[in-house]
Amino acid sequence: MTAFVSVTILGLIMIFLIKEGLPIFSHVSVKEFIFGKFWYPTDDPPAYGIFPLIVGTFSVTLLSTVISVPLGVMSAIYIAEIARERLAAIAKPMVELLASIPSVVVGFFGMVVVSPFLQDTFDIPSGLNLFNAALMLAFMAVPTICSVTEDALRSVPKSLREGSLALGATHLETIARITVPAAVSGISTAVILGMSRAVGETMVVLMVAGGAAMSPSSIFDPVRPMPASIAAEMGEAPFGAEHYNALFATGVVLFLFTLVFNVCAARIARRYKR
Amino acid sequence: MKKIILLLALVMFSTPAFAGKIEIKGSTTVLPLAQKTMEAYMALNKGTVITLSGGGTGNGFKALIDGTTTICNASRFIKDKEVKAAVEKNIVPVAHRVALDCIVPIVHKNNPVKNLTKVQLKEIYTGKITNWKELGGPDMKIVVIARDSSSGTFDAWKEMVMDEERVTPAALTQPSNGGLVTQIGSTKGAIGYIALGYVTKAVKIVSVDGVMGSDKTAKNGQYKISRPLFMFTNGWPEGETLDYINFVLSPKGQALVKAAGSITLN
Repeated sequence: MTAFVSVTILGLIMIFLIKEGLPIFSHVSVKEFIFGKFWYPTDDPPAYGIFPLIVGTFSVTLLSTVISVPLGVMSAIYIAEIARERLAAIAKPMVELLASIPSVVVGFFGMVVVSPFLQDTFDIPSGLNLFNAALMLAFMAVPTICSVTEDALRSVPKSLREGSLALGATHLETIARITVPAAVSGISTAVILGMSRAVGETMVVLMVAGGAAMSPSSIFDPVRPMPASIAAEMGEAPFGAEHYNALFATGVVLFLFTLVFNVCAARIARRYKR
Repeated sequence: MKKIILLLALVMFSTPAFAGKIEIKGSTTVLPLAQKTMEAYMALNKGTVITLSGGGTGNGFKALIDGTTTICNASRFIKDKEVKAAVEKNIVPVAHRVALDCIVPIVHKNNPVKNLTKVQLKEIYTGKITNWKELGGPDMKIVVIARDSSSGTFDAWKEMVMDEERVTPAALTQPSNGGLVTQIGSTKGAIGYIALGYVTKAVKIVSVDGVMGSDKTAKNGQYKISRPLFMFTNGWPEGETLDYINFVLSPKGQALVKAAGSITLN
């Protein structure tokens, strides 16, 4: 019953998204919309090219994954395999507490603390950029990645570990060669869940990504990911106008992004579940 | 008895006309001052219902011409095309100047640049000038910050400084005036623009063509990046609408205009 309700709601949301987004394609072609390099929705004539926004979303997600995966996976290994029980009992709730920090607080932290710090440390013109956004998103994805990975590690049968140790492997060898490979499907799920969190996160990127609708050429360039664009402009876009439709169409693209991520996660989980 | 019934009927039928409903639509630049004055007006005149919405000056005029709004807020004068469309529908647009708008360029406190020309501002925002060195400042990259394209300030800047040219895509955007001030206050090479009423001590105002943007220079017309703000009605307003516009122009209303970040008329 619950499953039915959520599937129906999901279906209705999709229909609504598509219905509101589709009319834009009578003004621009799908190709122009996705590969267009200029996003000037309020100009006369307007330009609705979301390519810089897609690149923005993609680059921020990628960089935040690069930062958050090693951190998340390693802290999970530490908590599940290496730390003493007492320490793990403290560390685990702490990491999980990180997940409960509201995104607007993370964004504010990025804007007020991290941004000036980056400016001074790297001597860059502006601290509101791709790197800052990726860092903040990584900060938010680590708890997700860590706790899912930890569950995966804990579900590895004890017999495997004991077998390895009995054959003379050290504790670290056992972790690297036996436990982690055995848990790889769970870890992949963790990574993709972390990534899909980064793709859809709005408040943080709105506050710290800089908001310039261009394709970045360095990690210290400002970007404008899709959710930030939707959030910043939806309030002022006149209901039912072209701009409004364009924002919904951007939403459709974003939705497809996360859909692909989730399908991948399901695939990977299945493949390794031999 | 007959008289009473007549009176009752009169009251009943005329209620909507007397305790008027005013609809205001249009420019987002005028929105804050309209909101402040409308709230104060409704508090003073219980029973009057004023509804306010944005949508931009163009949509405001469209609504006025279609007869779906009583007052159209406008951050520019009506265009010939719009006058023609109005006349065709027997609508007579009447302009009421309610305030002035003055937009100033702001930079980081420690930036030594004191004055920029309008042409330089345009070249900064189109991306032709990218270093403060070219403007007599230190060798430092210019961080161009614009308001989000949906804001009224963005429109005003585009009209008065950019001559309708596009802002460089490399420009950072800020969804709010407060965020803009914070960002410029903490970014050494930053430049942004903001309505005079929102400027705080955290940032420095740069003069334009040698004239510092202020209440005075905006009023006497010396400062270039300022413009009058209007409320348009269909024909000379009557009843509640006239009352409301008079309220906006009264000293009390103008004090609220100032509180909303715009410049008063006198």
